[in-house]
Amino acid sequence: MRVLTLTGLAMAALFLGTGLGAPPAVVAQDAPNYCVSCHQALTVERLAAPVARYTQDVHAAKGFGCVACHGGDPTVAGFNGMDPAKGFLGKPEGQLLLQVCGRCHSDAGFMRRYNPALRVDQVAEYRSSVHGQRLTLYRDTLVATCTNCHPAHAIRPPSDPQSSVHPLNVARTCSVCHADSTHMAGYQIPTNQLERYEQSVHWAALSERGDQSAPTCNDCHGNHGAAPPGVDWVGNVCGQCHSVMADYFAASPHSAVFTRLGVPGCALCHGNHQVQAASDTLLGVGEGSVCSRCHVEGVGGGIVAAAMRARVDSLRAAYGFADSLLQRAERAGMEVSQARFDLSGAQTALVQAQAAIHAFELDSVAHHADEGLQVAAAAVERGHGALGELRFRRVGLTVSTGLILLLIIGVILKIRQIEA
Amino acid sequence: MASLREGLAKTSAWLDDRLGWGVLGDLARKKTVPVHKHTVWYYLGGMTLFLFMIQILTGVLLLFYYRPSAEEAYESIQFLMTEVQFGWLIRSIHAWAANLMIFMLFLHLFSVWFLRAYRRPREITWISGFILLALAMGFGFTGYLLPWNELAYFATRVGTEIVHVVPLVGEFGLRVLRGGDDVSGATLTRFYAFHVALLPAAVGALVLLHVYLVQKHGMSVPPNIERRSGSWREMKFVPNFLLRDAVGWLVALAILAALAAFLPAHLGDKADPFTPAPAGIKPEWYFMFMFQSLKYLPAHILGIEGEVLGILGFGVAGMAVLLIPFLDRKTARGEPSPLFTWLGVVALAFIIVMTIVGYVANPTQ
Repeated sequence: MRVLTLTGLAMAALFLGTGLGAPPAVVAQDAPNYCVSCHQALTVERLAAPVARYTQDVHAAKGFGCVACHGGDPTVAGFNGMDPAKGFLGKPEGQLLLQVCGRCHSDAGFMRRYNPALRVDQVAEYRSSVHGQRLTLYRDTLVATCTNCHPAHAIRPPSDPQSSVHPLNVARTCSVCHADSTHMAGYQIPTNQLERYEQSVHWAALSERGDQSAPTCNDCHGNHGAAPPGVDWVGNVCGQCHSVMADYFAASPHSAVFTRLGVPGCALCHGNHQVQAASDTLLGVGEGSVCSRCHVEGVGGGIVAAAMRARVDSLRAAYGFADSLLQRAERAGMEVSQARFDLSGAQTALVQAQAAIHAFELDSVAHHADEGLQVAAAAVERGHGALGELRFRRVGLTVSTGLILLLIIGVILKIRQIEA
Repeated sequence: MASLREGLAKTSAWLDDRLGWGVLGDLARKKTVPVHKHTVWYYLGGMTLFLFMIQILTGVLLLFYYRPSAEEAYESIQFLMTEVQFGWLIRSIHAWAANLMIFMLFLHLFSVWFLRAYRRPREITWISGFILLALAMGFGFTGYLLPWNELAYFATRVGTEIVHVVPLVGEFGLRVLRGGDDVSGATLTRFYAFHVALLPAAVGALVLLHVYLVQKHGMSVPPNIERRSGSWREMKFVPNFLLRDAVGWLVALAILAALAAFLPAHLGDKADPFTPAPAGIKPEWYFMFMFQSLKYLPAHILGIEGEVLGILGFGVAGMAVLLIPFLDRKTARGEPSPLFTWLGVVALAFIIVMTIVGYVANPTQ
């Protein structure tokens, strides 16, 4: 291992001496390319496959050839073209790989010519990550480097559904290492993250609803700077999307207590990889509630939790009743679209009350719940009014039909009288 | 009571001196209606006129609240349906009476066709009646958009698109109807102008002509009855026929009230041009046979676009029906004309079958 590392460093030094510091030039497509012609003729799959795979690579599309990463001289056939004196690197790995990729990807001026929107701090971020720290400080070659996530010769942009880093594929890509118990044996961390994540509401949103804004591994852990979220800033991670809840939580009495106790804020109640859709059952002191893990019914926080749950339940029930009433009226042909639109205000208040739970104060929840209850009460009144109007119409129809019938009988009698 | 009658008689005499309306009374008293086994069909014209009167009355009432702009039309109808006393009833009766009126018009047209009532000297009565049917369908088409709801918006978009395929004038016609490239607020105001001004004026004039011609020529006796018996009973128009008419009108009124109470006119969602068209957009039932027929035409027939050929076909067929009094030479000569009876049967069967298929078939096919 030590010999290999020294060889790699020696090659890196040689490469730096032959111009590794500068980004490569795009090689003209019509120039002779012995890398391709020789490698595609090889019968060893490991050596021939990159030629075929590279045709789909984003770098090939931009005009970069083998020499851009491997060095050497593609215009010279055979092993003479693979002379370290001509900058040939072989297969760059470990820290050398960081230098090879970073030569272009850390150069803002160079990247601007190909992809101005792409960030150029990947290598710096990587060095700050757990992966990067282990690689640079502990010479740990088992950790992921660039090509573990962006497979060499087949790199596609993240927006490409076939890309290993497309949102739908990120979890699988990370799991290649993180779900491999043999690979992860020395790190003392679980290997069931993928299994748990695939049962989460986030994966359901991403995979079933196609909502690409739903989080996958890198949204919480970072991508190039991947690290587990710390206890004190896990709320910030979740708060990227759930900002209202995060704000309530940050101002709540729980925030400081959780930090002092060293327990993660959001994850304590909602879990981490296996986050489930939050429901009202999490609240209160009944079965399935998370509050009762710490609080006891009828005491302090238990009373507040039960009261918040009662408010939310009463609003949900009032909304449901008003909605069913308006539906009945609508099915009977009554025009209640405005009332239904107004009732959506109660639904909004319910969502706001549910968000306000994260303040862990009754007043915050009660404020929104009471607002919603007023809206629901107005809708119930409109619903009763519509159904009352419906009854009036039916009675009116019966009376008017009776009158018309009498008139018809009268006219018929008149005709008979005239014609008699 | 006696003094009241005396007062009314005096007022009537005073007005008659100045207006001369006694002539109308004399005409009505002299008018008779033939009585035979087909007399029942004579009631259809009066029934249609009664429904038209309801349309005018309810339409005027709707005008008090309706605001013809894309921003306010839907909301004004919503207000009418929910906040205005009996607003729902007026709108529902207007919507249902429109449908019943067009149904009666179709029945009236086919009864006149099969009874050969279009023969000399009633050719212009037939032509004016046929144009009235076309105008009533125009009423339906323009009125359908006025609530500015989703269904109406997209149905109008599809309906006006059909105009586009008419050769030579299609593009021009489309822009005239829409007031722009697409259905918009400009289309709504145009349709409103057609619906409450131009079409009522045209229909009013034609109804007067039609009624005048009916009065002038009297009710037509079917040729087979003329040939067979040569004589028939007569019934006085006033009061015998008119009272029977009134029974029909009262029945129609009861049906309208029941329809309005149990199946009030829906409003749906407000039109939003930026949302995708809902699946299975359908026109009003009286356009369905044409809409469905066009769906079955192949993309091209003899190098001409199928839809263009279909539109032209309906245009030619409509023109042929309009000119039946002049095409049916045998009836004009007083001879039996089974060909035109069969043509009527085929036309009626085609309309009924295609309408049913339009509602039963998968809307995406």
